[in-house]
Amino acid sequence: MSSETTIKKPADNRVAPPSFLRRYGSQMGIIGVGLVMWLGFVAAAPTVFTNANIYLAFAQTTPQFGIIAIALTFVVITGEIDLSFPSIMALGTAAFCLVVQAGGGWPVGLVAAFATGAVCGWINGALVSYLNIPSLVITIGTSFLFRGLELVLMNGTGVPLTAEDYPAMHAIFRSTLFGIPIQTIWMVVILIGAWFLLNRTRFGAHVFLVGDNPTSARLMGIDAVSVKTRSFILVGLMATFSGLMTSIYGYYFWPTTGEGFLLNTIASVFLGGTSVFGGTGSVVGTFVASYIIGAINAGIVSAGINAFYTQLAFGLVIVVSVVLQTLIDRKIRRQSMTGR
Amino acid sequence: MSETTPTPAGTPVIELRNVSKTFGEVRSLSGIDFAVYPGEIVGLLGDNGAGKSTLVKTVMGFHRPDPGGEIWFNGKLIDDWSVARARDLGIETVYQERALCEKQPIWRNMFMGREPRTKWGLLDVKKMRSESARLMSEHMGFTSAAVHPDNVVSTMSGGEKQGVAITRALYFDANLVILDEPTMGLSLTETGKTLDFVRNIKAVGKSAIFIDHNIFHVYPVVDRLYVLDRGKVAGVYDKTQISMEDLIDRLYRVARTGSLT
Repeated sequence: MSSETTIKKPADNRVAPPSFLRRYGSQMGIIGVGLVMWLGFVAAAPTVFTNANIYLAFAQTTPQFGIIAIALTFVVITGEIDLSFPSIMALGTAAFCLVVQAGGGWPVGLVAAFATGAVCGWINGALVSYLNIPSLVITIGTSFLFRGLELVLMNGTGVPLTAEDYPAMHAIFRSTLFGIPIQTIWMVVILIGAWFLLNRTRFGAHVFLVGDNPTSARLMGIDAVSVKTRSFILVGLMATFSGLMTSIYGYYFWPTTGEGFLLNTIASVFLGGTSVFGGTGSVVGTFVASYIIGAINAGIVSAGINAFYTQLAFGLVIVVSVVLQTLIDRKIRRQSMTGR
Repeated sequence: MSETTPTPAGTPVIELRNVSKTFGEVRSLSGIDFAVYPGEIVGLLGDNGAGKSTLVKTVMGFHRPDPGGEIWFNGKLIDDWSVARARDLGIETVYQERALCEKQPIWRNMFMGREPRTKWGLLDVKKMRSESARLMSEHMGFTSAAVHPDNVVSTMSGGEKQGVAITRALYFDANLVILDEPTMGLSLTETGKTLDFVRNIKAVGKSAIFIDHNIFHVYPVVDRLYVLDRGKVAGVYDKTQISMEDLIDRLYRVARTGSLT
């Protein structure tokens, strides 16, 4: 028998370390798409896109959904999805407003807001992981639940959040630091924190394993329920953060806060190269993708193109880059599997 | 049912008492008494659906026994048995389904559930990579250039995947190693290596549970044998009491009639 050769053969025809392209292919792809798009904007409207103000504008608004997208990346890597974060944005901010109205002061209000966000995330996570309910289904339900609760609590009315009444909140969520809008500084800080959480902690390692193969992970003693629940709590916390940031930015808490955030946020996660099948993904990819989506919005308007084209541009960029990513991924995989 | 119950001296490493396991309306295990003593290799034989894998997963804490069943570890009754607990106490398993995460690199699979950390509590990725590379070349005979720890498991051959699963069980220096059909899909030399590995467990004074369809693999390496049939222990044999021919004969009989005699 040729058992000797059958063992050696697969070892011989494989390139030892996976290539740089293979490891970072999808991240390279997304950065490439971003660069091409930016060059297109510069070519279309050079005077606008060499002016720093345009970058200031989208550095303030992109983090509003980008911060949630970074947290949502964890949930998507575990193989789940959360559609309820727009409602958590509103409910968390409502908790802040109610506590302040009751005389609690802004620090207590912040604690209440984040506690609310965490509880919402925990409810989502517990329903998904304990009861094994598909997250796509249950988070549609909780989305209505959280939104409905917020509307009832606020009685459908908004709350003004002026800089005079809330100087500290405006310093935290709406100032500039070293000339950079603080929103983007927050997003970079959160990106760094999320990168360490995903790539340098046991929790992060388990996020990948649970999303890849939940049965294998459980057989090796990983608590899949806890990993998923914590990922949903992370989204709840970041949704609250974003709800506060968005409301302070507009000087007003609208009961409809969060509406229009759903697709931007989810698109950022998938555009960033995180797989809908779970097990693979990158927070850096999500970060870059968020700014690409933010730039389309700001760019279209500033370039003097009719704003009706915004959605068309969104669709084109997202569809084209996801198709490209899939093709690149498949090509790399096939090349690395020589002999099979 | 069992005609002989040889009991080696000492306290069992792991003992199941009256363990049953029901999935919905299917009773996979009923009233199992099972023990593994220090330094012995126990073989588990039985037809498809006899309950071998369910028994293994109950020993590992993946399945919780029905009320009334008890799990004892080193003479102590343990209530909160779980996979993490079992692994903490030094029980490692090579599962039939391998329990790998195929989209992940080798180093993530090697340390799945037991990731080493630096003194700041962060994941020690450097150690995970270098240890994986060392283990792959030392224990699996891969030259370091052939398999890189960053290779994704889905690109590996069946034997290589099994190698990862076995090496992983070996690395954590377990007191009890469970091997569920470890030779399935392996070449002759790979099978030989695996059987050497099982013998080596005994040589260093550790225990093992060895499950395999092929009685010619099981019989030579084990000390005692459990025969399972339809979720029950049909017989327990000391290897000195029964020849391989006699055992094969009885296995045929139990498969046909449900009785060993």
